[in-house]
Amino acid sequence: MIHDLIAIIDEYWLLLLIGQYPNGPLGGLANTLILSALSIVLAFPFAILLAFGRLSKYRVLRWPVTVLVYVTRGVPLLMLVLWSYFLVPLLTGADVPSFLTMLTTLVVYQGAFLSEIIRAGIVALGQGQMDAARALGHSYFSAMRYVILPQALYNMIPSMLSTFVATIKDTTLGYVINVPDLTFAASQVNNQLLTQPFQVFLILALTYYVICWSLTWLTNVVERRITRRRAGLIAPKRRGQFQTSLTPNATEQP
Amino acid sequence: MKGFDLAVILGNPEYVAMLVHGIEMTFIIAIFSWLLAMSLAVLLLAVRFSPGRIGNAAVAAYVSYHRNVPTLVQLMLWYFGIYTILPSGVSDWLSAHSAEMIFAVLGLGLCQAAYFSEDLRSGLRSVSPGQMEAARALGHGYVSAMRFVLIPQGVRNALPALVNHSVSLFKNSSLAIVIGAPELSHAVKEIENLSFRTFEIYLIGTILYLFFSLMIMAAGAYLTWRADPANGARR
Repeated sequence: MIHDLIAIIDEYWLLLLIGQYPNGPLGGLANTLILSALSIVLAFPFAILLAFGRLSKYRVLRWPVTVLVYVTRGVPLLMLVLWSYFLVPLLTGADVPSFLTMLTTLVVYQGAFLSEIIRAGIVALGQGQMDAARALGHSYFSAMRYVILPQALYNMIPSMLSTFVATIKDTTLGYVINVPDLTFAASQVNNQLLTQPFQVFLILALTYYVICWSLTWLTNVVERRITRRRAGLIAPKRRGQFQTSLTPNATEQP
Repeated sequence: MKGFDLAVILGNPEYVAMLVHGIEMTFIIAIFSWLLAMSLAVLLLAVRFSPGRIGNAAVAAYVSYHRNVPTLVQLMLWYFGIYTILPSGVSDWLSAHSAEMIFAVLGLGLCQAAYFSEDLRSGLRSVSPGQMEAARALGHGYVSAMRFVLIPQGVRNALPALVNHSVSLFKNSSLAIVIGAPELSHAVKEIENLSFRTFEIYLIGTILYLFFSLMIMAAGAYLTWRADPANGARR
């Protein structure tokens, strides 16, 4: 059993890692990670805009965003993937690679989820921060930029990391529209071997497990650190502190 | 380009029958896997709360595996992997009894059990330990204190998370399309292939999913509201 697993990994590790890369499109684990990282990076600014929209006092902004958020929360990701597979080529008029289709879907989907996290983070800060910033002469956007967002986003780092883990898991749905990711590579391996489907899919599951488990572990470490810092148990690192400890005078003074 | 026309699909009894069958199958998958997940979650929780290091570690490993591996991959491992290594008697029986449906229920249920048990656990942990001490001081035994004091409060705390995960379980039933279970999204794909009315049938499928998800969310919100003692819940 374990011998089989090692034999499969030994034979196909390159395919699982980068797909057909030099001879074809980049695939495998590399593509899974690139797809998730890109979609979270692009979803982030989109999510901030959506959060602003949901918190806005203007109905014109608030309502469409609320509808979008509820639709993405209520419709399976699979359905959204099918929609983009149908709509993206139709709207752009070009033969779009499935990677881009999946990226679009994930940006919209994770953007809506992240926007709820960001909104909750902003609401949790309390109205007082905004009022104080406005009283000091900041405009609405300047207060958001310099006072609200830095605090809210810092507190939300753990939630964002767990959204990243969720995104990695969601990229597997690209399988339905043949995005060349890790799942696709594994099913290719399975089609070549034909005799050991259990071993191949076990390797697939374990690979995802290792990646997502390490990221979840990192999330917990960061979360504990942030909770302690907010409780005032550890001081934030300042540039000055670091330098003073290096100057010999500071330590040699009696 | 054909004009937008829902009647092509909703006026065709064959397509409507396919949609209704798809909805039925989606509900069968969702309900049975919910029941499996919830009963298993309670069992996992019981092991977690009892002493004994091996049981605890086993439950932790179970939860960790099911939360860190994509649900789709779990379904694939069940249907394409485990199904093929079962003894031939079992797999013959399964293939005679729509194996896709059974593995969809099994895969989704076992996966969701991990989420439900974590929800219930954090709900119970958020009840202050003083409650247990007070209940014991009033003469309750451990089981009786759990039954009448801790579990009602813990479940109440866990309700919002349980509702959210029930909605995602319902949505995840659509993943069963990759193992060929004849549920709603499968019916949508099939009607698309037959009618070439992609926009119309996707719209119908989306609205159906959205409608049922919103119903579950609303039911959950009502349940959470009812469970709050401020709104006249039985204390």
